[in-house]
Amino acid sequence: MSTDDRDADPTFGDYGGQYVPEALMPALQELEDAYERYVLENEDGFMDEFRERLREFGGRPTPLQRADRLSERYDREIYLKREDLLHGGAHKLNNALGQVLLAKYMGKERIVAETGAGQHGTATAMAAAHLEMPCEIYMGRTDVNRQRPNVYRMRMNGAEVNPVDAGSATLKEAINETMRDWATTVENTHYVIGSIVGPHPFPKLVRDFQAVIGQETREQIQEQAGRLPDSVIACAGGGSNTMGTFHAFVDDEESAELRSTDDSSGQSPREHVGLYAVEAGGSSLEIDEENALAPNSATLSTGTDGVLHGAMTKLLQSGDGQIMESHSVSAGLDYAGVGPELSHLVETGRVTPVSVGDEAALNGFHRLSRLEGIIPALETSHAFGYLEESHGDLGDLIVVNVSGRGDKDLETVLEETEKRDLEAAPDVEVFDGE
Amino acid sequence: MNSEDRRPAGGDPRNHRTGSDGQERAVRADGGTDSDIEATIRENDPALITYVTAGDPSLEDTKAYVEALDRGGADLIELGLPFSEPIAEGPTIQAAINRALEAGTTPDGFFDLVDDLETEAPLLVMTYYNMVLQYGPEADVRPFVERAAEVGLSGIIVPDLPAEEADPLRAACDEHGLDLVFIVAPTTEGERLETIMSQVSGFAYVQARLGTTGARGDVSTATHESLQRLADYDVPKAVGFGVSEGDHATEIVEAGADGVIVGSALIDIIADSDDTAEGVDRLEAKATELKAGAVRGTGDGRPDPDAPEPEHP
Repeated sequence: MSTDDRDADPTFGDYGGQYVPEALMPALQELEDAYERYVLENEDGFMDEFRERLREFGGRPTPLQRADRLSERYDREIYLKREDLLHGGAHKLNNALGQVLLAKYMGKERIVAETGAGQHGTATAMAAAHLEMPCEIYMGRTDVNRQRPNVYRMRMNGAEVNPVDAGSATLKEAINETMRDWATTVENTHYVIGSIVGPHPFPKLVRDFQAVIGQETREQIQEQAGRLPDSVIACAGGGSNTMGTFHAFVDDEESAELRSTDDSSGQSPREHVGLYAVEAGGSSLEIDEENALAPNSATLSTGTDGVLHGAMTKLLQSGDGQIMESHSVSAGLDYAGVGPELSHLVETGRVTPVSVGDEAALNGFHRLSRLEGIIPALETSHAFGYLEESHGDLGDLIVVNVSGRGDKDLETVLEETEKRDLEAAPDVEVFDGE
Repeated sequence: MNSEDRRPAGGDPRNHRTGSDGQERAVRADGGTDSDIEATIRENDPALITYVTAGDPSLEDTKAYVEALDRGGADLIELGLPFSEPIAEGPTIQAAINRALEAGTTPDGFFDLVDDLETEAPLLVMTYYNMVLQYGPEADVRPFVERAAEVGLSGIIVPDLPAEEADPLRAACDEHGLDLVFIVAPTTEGERLETIMSQVSGFAYVQARLGTTGARGDVSTATHESLQRLADYDVPKAVGFGVSEGDHATEIVEAGADGVIVGSALIDIIADSDDTAEGVDRLEAKATELKAGAVRGTGDGRPDPDAPEPEHP
């Protein structure tokens, strides 16, 4: 199976498509055209300029670091892909820089974007400042309140931040509002969507900009460990760091079908790389159907097929089709949908969806901070929660994508830690009384 | 009579729906006709098409409001089946949808309401694609369309379903004799326009301006341009997005539209009224004003263009 489908197919198996108001369809066609020409064909040297800017402005390549103390703790080799060291502190810049640059090549005059935890917003604001594009960001009011440092950073870079009050005032509502803006201004504006979600070609476009994570990881692990990893772990909200990390490994699958294909092509069988998408289990995986509330954001694990924000994908929804309010301690994972390509890869069995709850994620946060001197984003912390719980099943060589750094989450972490008795946490009371 | 009987295999079956006498329009099992909608617009040209969100503030109120609009002169009535993520709507209809959802409006409650309504105007359902997909045990459009036909709905409008993705729904609608109305946006031109116009049934919903729904103080120039682009297509054209006054309706009909669509201005009345009785009176009066405004735009003397407008609050 390959997801390197460099054609105009708007779907991944049963998922994907273009479910948007008619006014946006010409813009999607224009974007498809630009995607094919600039991204896939490197017209006018677009991809060369993108890679160059990622190096110089973004700080790529990011390191693949052997985590000595985690390796010792779990008695196996643990490597960390350090996307937290990318400019801005998260993998989000890969996509934001790519799309803002693409918008420039397309002759657009204005950028809009949605953001959840704020990392995509800050990355977009940085890219827009770097490339001289006016930029407006929509962010749920709940997220504005729990991610204040990122709001400041966006404004420092000259972006306007528009709080959205509808619904639970998180990522889902921010996407709705950005789509409304785009539907009004589509003739001169590009919507920099922040994950591998939305209508075609966004899921492929964003994946291709993020695929650099997995490409580097693949080269680095072979160089540093001498072989491919047994397992790759990444947290999944919409799924952009997940798919960016997994994409280069999707074909590394030891299946009967692949072996026969490889035999006929004279190549040796591939090693099998397990791909684990760690979702936010929140406080419970149980769904409150009556009140349309999911106390989690584990869409891949518990969702059902439907259409949201332009794509057919897996969703947290009621039996009637109303989208549920999701929950996660991590603003960046707090979303009732997920990228259609991930839905497809889960459906075909290539990607294994797993989940850990808020508490395991908070423990993951504190553990990584203390053991390795890396303060991870709360999103990323879910991956370390899963590593703690399941390392015994993941083989001898494991890569975890550190999708972002956790400075933005410190207030939330202190508050949430105080409510709980967490084994890995420091005594947070001393933070108040100095 | 099954669908094969109604829809000839060759050519566009929609071309066969002519006249108000029903001679070329087959009759459904429930007594409705193959395209109530197109016939209704042609018979009532210029037609007034009104929208309200079902369940705002309750399904009972919606029944009273729809009947008021029917009495006031609405020729077609769109009923919104609320969806939690209405990306094509502006603040007014978003708020109405939230009120309807908070009141516990469900698809079954919606269909029961429609089943219960007795209006002269044919009814259409306007909702988002996920609602259509989820009515039934699996993600499949057919149970929704079957139920819609059963309760007597004449058509479906799905603002987040472009022509490219519409094959399954169109097939189901054809099978059950429902019209599938498509929106033509100010950005729709060239090949896309051809594609959409070849698939439109009932009428072309001409989006008056870019953006979302919502009452505005003027008629956009985009309306005139869109209507000009559509002039050669022999399909009724109705203009919506921003229409709120009788004068807008006049201007839109003067520009060549066969109908005007009004939603947010009616939702505002519902939201502002102290009780259902006041809302009913004001909606009926507003429909009368809008219809008279539309008729003035024809200038052909069918009804008296100089007749005074009725009083309305």
